[in-house]
Amino acid sequence: MTLAQEAEVLKWNGFEPYLNYQNDTTYVINFWATWCKPCVKELPALDSLNATFASNPVRVILVSMDFKSQLNSHLNPFIIEKDIQSNVLLLDEIDYDKWINKVDSTWKGAIPATLIYNYQKRFRKFYVKEFTFAEIEKIINNIIKQ
Amino acid sequence: MRKILLNSILIVTLVLLTASLTIADGITIGQSAPEFKLKNVNEEMVSLSDYNDKKGVIVIFTCNHCPFSKKYESRIKMLNDKMQSKGFPVVAINPNDVSQVPEDSFTEMQKRAYEQSYTFPYLYDESQDIAKAYGAARTPHVFILVNNESKFTVEYIGAIDNNVEDSEAVTAKYVEDAIEAIIIGEKPKKNETKAIGCTIKWKK
Repeated sequence: MTLAQEAEVLKWNGFEPYLNYQNDTTYVINFWATWCKPCVKELPALDSLNATFASNPVRVILVSMDFKSQLNSHLNPFIIEKDIQSNVLLLDEIDYDKWINKVDSTWKGAIPATLIYNYQKRFRKFYVKEFTFAEIEKIINNIIKQ
Repeated sequence: MRKILLNSILIVTLVLLTASLTIADGITIGQSAPEFKLKNVNEEMVSLSDYNDKKGVIVIFTCNHCPFSKKYESRIKMLNDKMQSKGFPVVAINPNDVSQVPEDSFTEMQKRAYEQSYTFPYLYDESQDIAKAYGAARTPHVFILVNNESKFTVEYIGAIDNNVEDSEAVTAKYVEDAIEAIIIGEKPKKNETKAIGCTIKWKK
């Protein structure tokens, strides 16, 4: 068991590469916030993928929409309290209209939302929904089996 | 003959497919605004056609519980104070499923509107049909409707402004700018914007 980390604060330029890694890893990029109830509800399912797929290249990245001003008051305490194992980023870009379309043109900005992609398997799909563990496990298994 | 028949089947299929895609995604800029008739917090029914004598309506899908809706609440009140006199009153609509968010029940809406002295209707879209017809996805989600001889068209879809956290730090007042353009007979320069918000809690 590794120690829960602190969130890394990124601007768009620092974050954008996470959407386009060209390798054999399956990336699960989840947009969430500590104030978003359905996001918090699905978080354990996403976080447990790290352990479930420990022998496969699967990487979960939790991209928080919390304000930067709430990093130490809300986000970091939350990461410790929930013992989150995934990488947590805080995307510090309040001018949402400038970047939402770059994540996915169909996204209207509702969270939770999750981008799952694997460059080598040519899989890329954007979901605006609250996942159960079974649903997301099935999607990743299908990508791995391809 | 056979070829013509196949072609017509293809065209009909394409038309139906396009139609169903449009419905699933709601309305787009320039399309006519779906009519609504919903219960206001004062127990009276409010319809879009009640606004036939206005220049337009600012429809805002919002709710009690969502932190981003709360952040925008005072700005929504100010928007109504400012734009009502210019012919564009605000109509707020809560589309959330109460079984998932008890805080968004009709009684709680009444409390909120009373405590915060809302100067605009706060309607309850219990069936969620209106949110679906408009293609609302999150709270808050704004649709500016422009009245042309009692026919309303959608001329703006998106956010209120570009800084939810700090109203003092806003550098683009999307809704106000759009209405100022409409008032002088122009199209809004920016007619669609996107913003982070709470997912509408659809019935399961």
